[in-house]
Amino acid sequence: MELGLDVTERNGYAVLAVRGEVDVYTAPRLRERLVELVSQGKHQIVVDLEGVDFLDSTGLGVLVGGLKRLRSHDGDLTLVCTQHRILKVFEITGLTKVFSIHESVDAAVGAN
Amino acid sequence: MSQAPTNTVELEIPARAEFIALVRLVVSSLAAGRRVLADDRVDDLKLAVSEACTNAIEAHGAIAVDDRVVVRWQEADDHFEVSIHDKGEGFDPSALPDHPPVTDPERLNFERGLGIPLIRTLVDEVAFDPADPGMAVRLTLYCGRQGDD
Repeated sequence: MELGLDVTERNGYAVLAVRGEVDVYTAPRLRERLVELVSQGKHQIVVDLEGVDFLDSTGLGVLVGGLKRLRSHDGDLTLVCTQHRILKVFEITGLTKVFSIHESVDAAVGAN
Repeated sequence: MSQAPTNTVELEIPARAEFIALVRLVVSSLAAGRRVLADDRVDDLKLAVSEACTNAIEAHGAIAVDDRVVVRWQEADDHFEVSIHDKGEGFDPSALPDHPPVTDPERLNFERGLGIPLIRTLVDEVAFDPADPGMAVRLTLYCGRQGDD
């Protein structure tokens, strides 16, 4: 199963665009990519979930871990997501109150 | 419910994470093919089954059991039931620790433990039945009935 992980730079933010299904099999790749970005000094990261077809609790856990890691560097991890089925997972778990979730990458890199 | 299941499909997978996507594909195809569940309810079932399979596979991994995980789909007039059977050590779902409130900074220390709460929210009924060995998690969705949200 392929998990697309493409990084671009926008307005001082590292934008990690995720494509495919994030589950217990693929989530370690997402974790590795986030750790790699932090170790490169990227402390303002936007994770774009618009290309994600499926996200489970393992994926949520990786994002929570990424946010914790970035906050320890005075950074932040924000999300881009408009898909109802993905947002619902954040809503059920209450994580909409933990993450800043934007409707577009433009909004995410413009908002601080 | 009193109706006996009219159709049963059984899928056995190796207890490895790469096979969970196959379970999702089969279960969502079966649910969508019956045309009695709204698309978002199919998504709910797919996620709940995936979470239960993740737990089953991790339970096998924890004690290095080589057996397969069995996923059984049963269909009756007014509901679907998907059960996931593992041969792990089992667990007490009522003994799971609570997470701190989301407003508590300590919340970020908890990356795991969201699967069971998700399952409970996504399906109409969930039962954790101890087996010998292992656990059977039964997920039920009633046709046409909306979830809690």
